[in-house]
Amino acid sequence: MNPFKKTGKSVSIFITAGYPKKESLTEQILFLQDQGIDFLEIGIPFSDPMADGPVIQETSSIALKNGMNLAVLFEQLSGMKEQIKIPLVLMGYLNPILQFGVDSFLIKCESAGISGLIIPDLSFELVEKKYQHSFGSSKIPLIYLITPATSDSRIAQIAQLSTKSFIYLVGQNKITGSSYSLSEHQVRYSELQLLSNGVPLFLGFGISTAAQKQEASNYTDGVIIGSAYLQALSKKTEEEFLENLLS
Amino acid sequence: MKITETIRPDELGFYGEFGGAYIPELLRPAVEELTNSYRSYCFTERFKSEYLDLLKNYVGRPTPLYFAKNYSQKYGTKIYFKREDLCHTGAHKINNTIGQILLAKHMGKTEIIAETGAGQHGVATATVCALMGLNCIVYMGEKDMERQSPNVQRMKMLGAEVRPATCGSKTLKDATNEAIRHWINFPDSYYLIGSVVGPHPYPEMVAYFQSIISEEIKNQLREIESAPPSKIIACVGGGSNAAGAFYHFYSNEKVELIAVEAAGEGLESGKSAATSILGSPGVIHGSFTLLMQDSFGQVTEPHSISAGLDYPGIGPLHAHTLSLGRTKSIPIRDDEALNAALECCRLEGIIPALESAHALAALEKLAFNPEEIIIVNLSGRGDKDMNTYQKAFQNL
Repeated sequence: MNPFKKTGKSVSIFITAGYPKKESLTEQILFLQDQGIDFLEIGIPFSDPMADGPVIQETSSIALKNGMNLAVLFEQLSGMKEQIKIPLVLMGYLNPILQFGVDSFLIKCESAGISGLIIPDLSFELVEKKYQHSFGSSKIPLIYLITPATSDSRIAQIAQLSTKSFIYLVGQNKITGSSYSLSEHQVRYSELQLLSNGVPLFLGFGISTAAQKQEASNYTDGVIIGSAYLQALSKKTEEEFLENLLS
Repeated sequence: MKITETIRPDELGFYGEFGGAYIPELLRPAVEELTNSYRSYCFTERFKSEYLDLLKNYVGRPTPLYFAKNYSQKYGTKIYFKREDLCHTGAHKINNTIGQILLAKHMGKTEIIAETGAGQHGVATATVCALMGLNCIVYMGEKDMERQSPNVQRMKMLGAEVRPATCGSKTLKDATNEAIRHWINFPDSYYLIGSVVGPHPYPEMVAYFQSIISEEIKNQLREIESAPPSKIIACVGGGSNAAGAFYHFYSNEKVELIAVEAAGEGLESGKSAATSILGSPGVIHGSFTLLMQDSFGQVTEPHSISAGLDYPGIGPLHAHTLSLGRTKSIPIRDDEALNAALECCRLEGIIPALESAHALAALEKLAFNPEEIIIVNLSGRGDKDMNTYQKAFQNL
């Protein structure tokens, strides 16, 4: 069964673990779940986030200064397992996971009830070649990114690997938090919907408004919002932001 | 150029366990386009003749293999300097930028981006962009822009736009992150990387363009000596001059290859850049290699008096050959490099770059017999380091 599949459209929020405070994660998960968010992505902070824009760079660097790391992250999650009702996805660059130890990382993810992993710098080719016995044979699915420029055959391959999770559609070839217009890509999005072959398709990187969310629902199964939410969080206007977004 | 006799990575870009392309999907089409263009173009006769013509008439190659008589006397052996410091723009960096700019031009690119630490690669990139009439944007850490302001001015005079990297530690690794982000946002631009680092195919490609150094050493030495060199010594930050100087000798096990790393203020000081000794395997800038990191996998900030060696990673080719024992690493402290620089000035009348001074300092750490042939790759000249030298030697 696929925890990310539902009737109707989903809204997902990305938060950086350890931002704004080391202990914020617990509070944020419960808050967002209460607000009706369908699933969450928890960002593992990294010193060199090469696909991220200024907002996520900044929150990552604050989180690291706050003392966030994978050991702390799993400790915080294990303390609240019973209270979590929505799927959680961990998203982070490969290096901190390698240093934690891939096998122990996967065991910890399993016991924390993690539903998926997004590791932007790990392609499925690398999983096949280097990590078949760890990531490749884990119960926790890896979630892959595609962009409007990803080839049809590659999307078909990714769809096959994603039957227990979803495909993360990066709306445009831009780092996180960049603004853009959805309609420019709508033809391609409609094609992607077909290629994804029933695997949920969620759109992220640059989504910030209720109007974009609405427009995205024509082509995808939902949206993922990161930088815009973190920005609201930094201004302490997150409640207002969600109210506008979800109304 | 021959490429048959060297170490080549596998199809996914791995040298043994090191290398590969650990890149986000957003970069994949651009990296694939680059890989295909490199494979189909850079081994053609047309490319080679243009490349070699520019190296000869624009860069000033072949650079001399100079018998350093006074050094030889002092160390009781035969010491040769490969004079990369005599290249146009003052260092070996331009061998690579010439190769890549011809590729970029062939690919129809109009905008070139680059990262730079000390500014040498930035200057070499700005130079070839001016030559080819292409737009040039160089990312440079805000801190490095202050440290190396003459090179910022040179790049600007050459028509490049220099953009400060203001994130993280504001040095080379952050400039590299910014250049990668730019490439994600503008995949039609050409990212001209400056060392044997980054995702496949960069390490292979940059090593190939720098391999002219060892090709010349081989040919030049054949005319003067009857044996191959016993040791080749080169400094390693990311490792492009070392890769070039070692390239055609990897297959000859009799030639000892010595990679000199910057120990900064000392290996134990917490202020060092000796990656092969202090680092561990991990992923940096799209490549699985050795890097300096904390126990949680966060990349740590290195230190070296030489901005060109001030990088927390090392090219995957070097990680591989070091792990095989084919290459040996020697750490050199800031103060040892400064002394070696002064020694080179006084003995041979050559002011070396601080990076190259690290390679020279390694001579003190080695024992020689008189019949040996030692080659030190003098990767760059010291003009850019005059501020540092002035401070260090104010009492001369």
